[in-house]
Amino acid sequence: MPRLRSPLLTAAAALAVLGSLAACDGDKSKSAAMADSGDPLAQYRANPKYKAFMAGEKMSGYVFASPETQAMQDDDFENPGMLAVQDGEEEWSKVEGAAGKSCASCHQDAAKSMKGVAVSYPKFEPKRGKLANIEHRINLCRTEHMKAPELKWESKPLLGLTAYVEHQSRGLPISVKVDGPAAPFFEEGKKFYYTRRGQMDIACAQCHEQNPGMNIGVENLSQGQSNGYPTYRLKWQSFGSLHRRFEGCNQEVRAEPYPRGSDEYTNLELYVAWRGNGLKSEAPSVRR
Amino acid sequence: MAADIKPRIRVPQTAKKDEIIEIKTLISHPMESGQRKDSQGKIIPRKIINKMTVAFNGKPVFEAKLEPSISANPYLSFFLKCSASGNLDFTWTDDDGSVYKATQAITVA
Ligand code: HEC
Ligand code: HEC
Repeated sequence: MPRLRSPLLTAAAALAVLGSLAACDGDKSKSAAMADSGDPLAQYRANPKYKAFMAGEKMSGYVFASPETQAMQDDDFENPGMLAVQDGEEEWSKVEGAAGKSCASCHQDAAKSMKGVAVSYPKFEPKRGKLANIEHRINLCRTEHMKAPELKWESKPLLGLTAYVEHQSRGLPISVKVDGPAAPFFEEGKKFYYTRRGQMDIACAQCHEQNPGMNIGVENLSQGQSNGYPTYRLKWQSFGSLHRRFEGCNQEVRAEPYPRGSDEYTNLELYVAWRGNGLKSEAPSVRR
Repeated sequence: MAADIKPRIRVPQTAKKDEIIEIKTLISHPMESGQRKDSQGKIIPRKIINKMTVAFNGKPVFEAKLEPSISANPYLSFFLKCSASGNLDFTWTDDDGSVYKATQAITVA
């Protein structure tokens, strides 16, 4: 039963980390590590290797990963996320739907047409009257331009196409826009980020804004940046979407998750992407 | 399902005589352990790659027995010293009897 986890233990671990932090704030001399620099992120800032994975004070999840996980991401051959990119490459030129077209029929060479696209998503999509992320955008092209059915969220072909499109922006800085028609959706996402939820009554910000660099159970808390997504997650033993990660983070505090692809998670995705504006895309990343 | 299983290899195309080269392999495979249950509580049958072998010009140079606790998409790498040019043949054996193969030539100069 390798998948069995105790929610109570997880809850206790999370409360323990937040509790111990409160104590550290009260009396900094208590903790040697804290007294050293007063900042658990100082070690990452000081490491020149991480320069490419930072933008000012923003740090990619890569920085917080173990050397073994980093090595897996660094080598495209070892990186199992590249298998999803390969799947997507095959999907790209597959003819489907009543219009008799493939993605390639209209967008030709993805290396040119899709370069820099994914780092500007989610964005306001007039056809939806709300935000679209890359998955939504792909499905819009399927229904409208290919006359093909939508691909199911988290299905192999949709994960593959998302990975393939995102991969064309690897190395480019995240650069979402949050003004104009996107503004009200951004505000919704921001509200979500700061709202305490679940039985443990904890907001995203309390873990990822206030406590990065601290341990939570066996995990090293990161800033919760999205520049590596979609990602190959070792715990999942598979490739997965950012919304799947959001779902896990909601469950972590024993809150009811929203459906993947929902407006709530898409607005949140814009807020999270904006927090990371300037960080370079790592799609596909490898995470624990 | 079987269409999803793809072996990948990375082998230098050329090597100097007696140079030690690194061979990397990865096969996309779920490595279902046989220990997990589905939502109905029924055991999901075991299906793993249980063996991987490599031969150089027909002579075995590497063999691994894989067990159910090994992660999905098993990655294996090893080092090899070649004194002559030849073919490396890779074989992965699945619980269901399927055999997946890959081949690459190395020119030793
Ligand atoms: C109880 C603490 C906790 C809360 C609350 C929490 N997370 Fe997380 N989150 C984690 C842990 C632990 C991880 C895995 C290690 C890491 O990257 O921090 C993680 C990972 C992530 C990642 C992946 C980072 C990467 O580089 O792969 C994202 C994105 C994320 N969280 C977003 C959120 C969002 C959005 C919320 C609010 C809905 C949230 N988290 C709430 C603990 C939390
Ligand atoms: C019949 C032509 C056609 C086909 C086929 C098509 N698209 Fe599109 N795609 C477009 C057009 C036109 C746009 C611009 C937005 C619009 O008018 O819908 C677009 C926009 C996009 C965008 C956003 C680009 C940007 O700069 O924001 C992405 C991503 C995309 N398509 C991916 C795909 C994928 C993946 C497929 C295959 C599943 C696909 N498209 C199939 C015509 C097509």
